[in-house]
Amino acid sequence: MKDTGKKTKPKELELYFHIPFCIRKCFYCDFLSAPADRETIGMYMEALLAETEGSALSYADYRVPTVFIGGGTPSVAAAQDIERLLMSAARHYRLDGDAEITMEVNPGTVCREALARFLTAGVNRLSIGLQSADDRELAAIGRIHTWQQFLDTYREAREAGFRNINVDIMSALPGQTPAGYRRTLEQVLSLEPPPEHISAYSLILEEGTPLFARYEKGSLDIPDEDTDREMYQMTKKILEQRGYRRYEISNYAREGFECRHNCGYWRRRNYVGLGLGAASLVDNVRFRNGADLQAYLASPLGCREEEQILSPGEQMEEFMFLGLRMTDGINCGEFRRLFGRSIEEVYGDIVNKNIRDGLLEILDGLSAKRWMQQIRPGKRLALTERGLDLSNYVMAQFLL
Amino acid sequence: MESKKTDQSRIRNFCIVAHIDHGKSTLADRIIEHTGLLTSREMQAQVLDNMDLERERGITIKAQAVRTVYRARDGEEYILNLIDTPGHVDFNYEVSRSLAACDGAILVVDAAQGIEAQTLANVYLALDHDLDVIPVINKIDLPSAEPERVIDEIEDVIGLEARDAPLISAKNGIGIEDVLEQIVKKIPAPKGNPDSPLQALIFDSLYDSYKGVIIFCRIMEGSVRKGTKIRMMATGAKEEVVEVGVFGAGRFIPCEELSAGMVGYITASIKNVKDTAVGDTVTDDDNPCKEPLPGYKKVQSMVYCGFYPADGAKYPDLRDALEKLRLNDAALQYEPETSVALGFGFRCGFLGLLHLEVIQERLEREYNLDLVATAPGVVYKVFKTNGEMIELTNPSNLPDPSVIEHMEEPVVSAEIMVTSEFIGSIMELCQERRGRYLGMEYIEASRALLKYELPLNEIIYDFFDALKSRSKGYASFDYDIKGYEPSKLVKLDILINKEEVDALSFIVHADSAYERGRRMCEKLKEEIPRHLFEIPIQAAIGGKVIARETVKAMRKDVLAKCYGGDITRKKKLLEKQKEGKKRMRQIGNVEIPQKAFLSVLKLDDD
Repeated sequence: MKDTGKKTKPKELELYFHIPFCIRKCFYCDFLSAPADRETIGMYMEALLAETEGSALSYADYRVPTVFIGGGTPSVAAAQDIERLLMSAARHYRLDGDAEITMEVNPGTVCREALARFLTAGVNRLSIGLQSADDRELAAIGRIHTWQQFLDTYREAREAGFRNINVDIMSALPGQTPAGYRRTLEQVLSLEPPPEHISAYSLILEEGTPLFARYEKGSLDIPDEDTDREMYQMTKKILEQRGYRRYEISNYAREGFECRHNCGYWRRRNYVGLGLGAASLVDNVRFRNGADLQAYLASPLGCREEEQILSPGEQMEEFMFLGLRMTDGINCGEFRRLFGRSIEEVYGDIVNKNIRDGLLEILDGLSAKRWMQQIRPGKRLALTERGLDLSNYVMAQFLL
Repeated sequence: MESKKTDQSRIRNFCIVAHIDHGKSTLADRIIEHTGLLTSREMQAQVLDNMDLERERGITIKAQAVRTVYRARDGEEYILNLIDTPGHVDFNYEVSRSLAACDGAILVVDAAQGIEAQTLANVYLALDHDLDVIPVINKIDLPSAEPERVIDEIEDVIGLEARDAPLISAKNGIGIEDVLEQIVKKIPAPKGNPDSPLQALIFDSLYDSYKGVIIFCRIMEGSVRKGTKIRMMATGAKEEVVEVGVFGAGRFIPCEELSAGMVGYITASIKNVKDTAVGDTVTDDDNPCKEPLPGYKKVQSMVYCGFYPADGAKYPDLRDALEKLRLNDAALQYEPETSVALGFGFRCGFLGLLHLEVIQERLEREYNLDLVATAPGVVYKVFKTNGEMIELTNPSNLPDPSVIEHMEEPVVSAEIMVTSEFIGSIMELCQERRGRYLGMEYIEASRALLKYELPLNEIIYDFFDALKSRSKGYASFDYDIKGYEPSKLVKLDILINKEEVDALSFIVHADSAYERGRRMCEKLKEEIPRHLFEIPIQAAIGGKVIARETVKAMRKDVLAKCYGGDITRKKKLLEKQKEGKKRMRQIGNVEIPQKAFLSVLKLDDD
């Protein structure tokens, strides 16, 4: 995990590409994505290329340590288009030699050849959306693949040479039992070799999705609160037992395989989002592209909206509520360096109250209960186990 | 400035009374349009109601007066002083004092609906004040209008001659001139001698930051002008008049003199609102009249509740606001009180629940106060074993049951007008509210008048709403305080996290105590957010817990995914969470939303 800039280091900028297409929307999904025909996808990729080229001019001074291709299902784009995209990124932006380049794929949407081409194009980290090892559960949430298809994709990915793979799994699914969830965990952990990284999410019912509608009608059989908690505890216990460190609220990784790109979000590093609806943060200015596909296709560089210059107060807030997502917490010294004031001064009472309530704790190098590769000097403030469960409650208090 | 003296014989002082929505305000607008001072284009709808509140609710709250000039068919110019009256059952008091300034009243009756509960109530009030009542049949444009039937109703039920009643459509401006002609012909000119000692009745007042208190008067005898040294006969306050005038639709028009028969305003740099009382008589200190005019009887408040400032530091602001409101609303009563839970506040008395809501909204809107309101209640009579009788306005002051001999609660006699198909449903409602059936009268084939006696505390909150919803809006009702009757009453206490919250206590009939207690606990459980610890909510009577609910401790409050594109949304979520905390009152370790205090009484969830 990198720390933020010492003054001598050149500026950094992460890249994110959004590919808002999929075969079919899953019933829980409220992301910006939808099915589209080949032609539209093709036009979109052209526009994305144009935006990549055009935007790079503003960032000539920045190094790019990570790239992330997300969606939707990026793997519905033609392999050729992904190749061209990464070539363009490499040509126009200053990619690090050892840049982490992640791409999301859906089981059943990629074949051996495509995977090989992604690898040669530069993708060195794969994120595969599994969600569940149980075909019935998968169908209930609208996934287009089966467990077998996942197995095939996973094996092909390994055979192609991918050595850094993330698998997404979900708990609290309709019809899921603790035993069923445990089976999913076990199945994933017994893959040969097991994934280097696992993201484990509890199903969130978002307004506007089919699952939400069913829930409102009362016809959705989701696990109750106690069962949800049981599955959640299970995740932590089993994954930690098997050598995965929980480094963020929902993210677990083998040592050294944390997702650098995502850590950039929580550490407030700069990032540029390219594509429909993609969000950016550059030098404390947040902005995003609009969500109108036609507008984007017509003018990929002219869709910027919602620009917000973050005040020091807002930056402090973000520093806290994003940084505390990571189990290593935030560095108090860094807070002072960035904002010229100490945490005690700005948030003293709140920190003390939450420490008293058992939701926050000070970590020092000497008594760290967690694995920490590089222990920085200076105090670290982090959410406790219970604090992580109630993180929203704690984070809201850091709003000024 | 108007300089010519007004011929007293050409003045007509009148008001318009009607049941709600029968068209009183529209008729008032049309009258103003048809006479001098404002063109139709200049008028906003319902120009007399110049407070937004009223626009929202569609009712008039404040009594105000409008002066217009009408050139009648006989060629003469008449000064018409239209004094607006509120039309809701809660506001009998306000209606009463405007009537005292009038010589006649126009009774508007809806040609389709016919006579309704408040039609009757208002007519009786007008007759009590010796006013000449002129019936007018409105809304004849409606397909369901039956003017003949309504004329018969008026003659049979009220006993007023209605053959000549103008048939009008205020909305479409039809028949307005007929009304104006009848005003001129049938309402008597005011009596009173302009040279007698000054005797003026204050029927309303306003506080203006520059002019001080502005009093609205009907001059009964004598005259007043700039420089007159006036004295308020009840309060004894003396001031020199700065300005007198009349008002036309929201504007003050100064003039030289107000004399007997006229209606207008007086300003006298009165800074202290306590110096003027509505109902008081103004006289000339240098030449006073012998006796004050009969004032208004002191109104009995029917509903009480506690108002506490959400921010304790704003207590003085609340006090000042109540003082100013009381200036033109003599029916509002208030007294300081304290609550362990909420700090310093006031126990306020109102004419009814609508009055309560209107005052609360005015305090919040006009005076910018963030208020916590506690359970509305009525005044109970507690008879102690030692012979003493206490009037109980605050449930927390209930003496220990061991020294209580018996208690009494106020009971009303109510008249409910309802269409036949809903008779059963309404009777059921009254039974549920511990009503005693007195009888029923058929007004005509499809409408009946139900007579019930009901405990006041059963109707002060949502009885009216329940009545409306069970009768698809057709029922109407009016009530009068009958008196006090003994009743089996107990005090229901609420404990949150094992601590009694005095602001939530209330008096309830013994038979409904368990049910009430249970529902209150359920309601509070919904209202109180989860905390880091479990919160028991209990209802108790005399220390004995009769119902319990638990708010479970928070176990999960987390956003699982937060990546680049989610951050702005996440911030909004957290901000919402933080906002939610602001409207909370801290009671011990528990944060209770302000609205929880009142919402626990919304027990009639239809």
